Amino acid sequence: MSGDSVVAPKLAAPIVQLIDVRKTFGAVPVLNGISFDVAKGEVVCIIGPSGSGKSTLIRCINALLPVTSGTIRVADIEVGDPRLDKLALRRKVGMVFQQYNLFPHRTALQNVMMAPLHVLKQDRIEVEARARALLAKVQLAGKEDTYPGELSGGQQQRVAIARSLAMRPEVMLFDEVTAALDPETVKEVLVTIHELADEGMTCLLVTHEMGFAREVADHIYFTDKGVIVEHGPPQEFFTAARDERTRRFLSQVL
Amino acid sequence: MNAVADWFRTLYETTGINLTIFYDAYDFQRYAAGIGMTLFLSVASIVASVVIGAAGAAAQGSGSALVRQSVQAFVVVFRNTPPLVQIFFFYFGVGAVIPGIETSYGTREPLLGNVAWAVISLSLFAGAFNVEIFRSGIEAVPRTTLEAAEALGYTRLGAYRHIVLPLAVRVCLPALNNNLINLLKTTTLAYAIAVPETLYAAKQIWSESQNVLEMMLLLLATYMVLVGVFAGLMHQWERQMRIPGYHR
Ligand SMILES: Nc1ncnc2c1ncn2[C@@H]1O[C@H](COP(=O)(O)OP(=O)(O)OP(=O)(O)O)[C@@H](O)[C@H]1O
Ligand SMILES: [Mg+2]
Repeated sequence: MSGDSVVAPKLAAPIVQLIDVRKTFGAVPVLNGISFDVAKGEVVCIIGPSGSGKSTLIRCINALLPVTSGTIRVADIEVGDPRLDKLALRRKVGMVFQQYNLFPHRTALQNVMMAPLHVLKQDRIEVEARARALLAKVQLAGKEDTYPGELSGGQQQRVAIARSLAMRPEVMLFDEVTAALDPETVKEVLVTIHELADEGMTCLLVTHEMGFAREVADHIYFTDKGVIVEHGPPQEFFTAARDERTRRFLSQVL
Repeated sequence: MNAVADWFRTLYETTGINLTIFYDAYDFQRYAAGIGMTLFLSVASIVASVVIGAAGAAAQGSGSALVRQSVQAFVVVFRNTPPLVQIFFFYFGVGAVIPGIETSYGTREPLLGNVAWAVISLSLFAGAFNVEIFRSGIEAVPRTTLEAAEALGYTRLGAYRHIVLPLAVRVCLPALNNNLINLLKTTTLAYAIAVPETLYAAKQIWSESQNVLEMMLLLLATYMVLVGVFAGLMHQWERQMRIPGYHR
């Protein structure tokens, strides 16, 4: 069912590993046995219709939600472990949300500095220098002292990316991060993610931007009703989908 | 100062408008002491009620149902009963039950005087409202904002301290200001247990000098200035806390 047999064995040890992950909300099953591996430096896109459990899946990976059964490993961390060190996990995994979720009472620069200062207790001068460099990296030099409410959606989302990167994660999770943006600003955020991917950051992206997925992804997973229906490298996936559900979905979004 | 006194004395002699506090040193001193007492009652109960509100709102987020229900019971009791009844309850009811202390003359004196009871009951009265105000502020912080903090590695406490509370305070400032302004005005109820605050002093003066209308007007003017100054300070604070671009 999971279709794992199709995956070519990976050479490097996976940095993210899911084995038969299941999640129910009350009696409602949302994830029905998801298994896949993500290798270090790999860019994986998860696509699928609304309500298929993509956000739920992503949120289980950094333990914002507990799984009902199955195993999730991130690097050497067992996410389902009852004695899980959440801070250790969240240092490794950065997350960017659809609604940016910046801290509105702090400037762009402060948003990027807060977690390294408060959570990691790092040195303020180093944190500030790094935060400025990260804002410059996401093309926001000059916006350091601007409050989130004064920034465009695309700018806010890039601050959110910089804020995650400030924790030096090994994996980045993106949950439909361009879905709330105007069409003109979608591109600037995608460019930022593309650069990150090119630098070798391991990325798990939930996206409805098929063109972008095709361009940036090493591997694409199509989910429906909490299972992986079909997956493969983008070239193969977009041109030679075998499953009827995948073909119907693709015909709607392409 | 003498010129002012002379002017008001002349005013009285020529028009009958009798503002004794401006030419009679004893009345002046009584009225000033009354304002001092009003300020003391206000500051003490404002501080205490804010502490009660913050502690109560924090306790309402507690895991223990017993703690949450106790806070809720406290809020309901103090919000749904008249503040004057609360003051009488504490001063005449609770005050009578609490054992007194032996004085050096061998007589018994109550442990807490009328001023202390006034502060306690006013603080609890306004504190009950503050609990609800702070709670609504905390609830106004979107869950997703808290989730972002969690994803960055913040502990629950860390997220409260650095994200939830700073946002909650801003959200609830207007309601808090309203409640504290009301509290300042409610301190006049302490009159009923003979706390020598502004209204009490005015009443003493007018019953001796038969200048009820003048003292009434003076009393209104006094409160307008007190509340005006306090409201001005609070609004300035509100402006300082305003977040650029937030809630456009
Ligand atoms: N906290 C929750 N409690 C109960 N049900 C939930 C909860 N979160 C999600 N669900 C349900 O789980 C299902 C999957 O939701 P999820 O948000 O993961 O879908 P999605 O694939 O991300 O959809 P979309 O593309 O619209 O973002 C939905 O039916 C949703 O109603
Ligand atoms: Mg989603």
